[in-house]
Amino acid sequence: MAKEKPATLQIETFADHHVITQPNPLRKVLRRVGEKDLDDPIARAEKALAGLAGEFKNWMGIETDRLSAAHAAILRDGFTNSTREELFRAAHDIKGDAATFGYPSAGAAAKSLCRIIEHAPDLDEVPSNLIAHHINAIQAIVRERTKLDTVSMANELSRQLRGVADEYLTRANRDRPEHLEAILAPSIAPRD
Amino acid sequence: MFRIDFNKLRFLVCDDNPHMRRILRTLLHSFGAREVYESEDGATALEMYTHYVPDIVITDWSMPIFDGLELAQMIRQPDSKGNPFAPIIMLTGHSEKRRVTVARDAGVTEFLAKPISAKGLYQRILNVVANPRPFIRTKTYFGPDRRRNTSNAYIGPERRIGGEVEVLQQPSLLDKARTTV
Repeated sequence: MAKEKPATLQIETFADHHVITQPNPLRKVLRRVGEKDLDDPIARAEKALAGLAGEFKNWMGIETDRLSAAHAAILRDGFTNSTREELFRAAHDIKGDAATFGYPSAGAAAKSLCRIIEHAPDLDEVPSNLIAHHINAIQAIVRERTKLDTVSMANELSRQLRGVADEYLTRANRDRPEHLEAILAPSIAPRD
Repeated sequence: MFRIDFNKLRFLVCDDNPHMRRILRTLLHSFGAREVYESEDGATALEMYTHYVPDIVITDWSMPIFDGLELAQMIRQPDSKGNPFAPIIMLTGHSEKRRVTVARDAGVTEFLAKPISAKGLYQRILNVVANPRPFIRTKTYFGPDRRRNTSNAYIGPERRIGGEVEVLQQPSLLDKARTTV
């Protein structure tokens, strides 16, 4: 598909910008089907994703171990550029993956941890147990997930952590408007 | 109703997390794609982009060497070796307003916040295939038109040169925070 000859570009010129259009280069992959077409690529993909579910627990364990190792490095060496970056990346990956792997509350706790790392004016000034509580919560949620009544407990735990973290970050950033906006503004990322 | 012949499309998936690459590969193959190339960092992604000329790029934000944002900026160089018009879908755990606008201004075509879903990915791909936007070149930007819709009935501030400006007064977040903290 990508080896076809490039289509002719049309360029309109305005005072401060150009508008460039071309015939849709991907139009040949579109086909019209009837309303009764039975093919459902989304359902097929969801089924395939469900087929990976047996590996999610192991993957989640790997990512949690990485988070623990990053935290251990900070306890040993303190916050440096590299230890901070590794902790953030470990938490960020869990934030993005956990819900897909079936651990949404762990993702929420990881998101709260990412917010602390990104917006705390000085990580050494963050209340001593706040970061540790986040990491312990993520580990506990992943470890205890198969037990009864853990879903509501995990949700409540993540919610409370987020509340404490947001209270700290709002107070710590009262003179930093750009961080305050990021902390208080809702996400505008388009969703399904 | 439209369907996509995924077996005619070539994808480049860029993510340093092998689990996420596995998930994306699974979803794309389930849609019907046969050519899915993968990279785990920005530099490899750029090489593969130039070599394989993918139809659609799906990239994470945070990657080693250089990230998805820088990858998008390099792809969008008008005089780059590859095709600067290819749709770029950014799939990321970042969902803050600032991040979305930064990605948009780097020339990203579609933004998809994690956690990923089959439906969300399919809809973004369908959108870039079925509803391609014209490209805009200014002194500081080259990429898809950042307005999703243009309408003669639009009422609001005009940000292009020569348009009228409407100023809305409202208390800043800093003032709001100071009264509540």
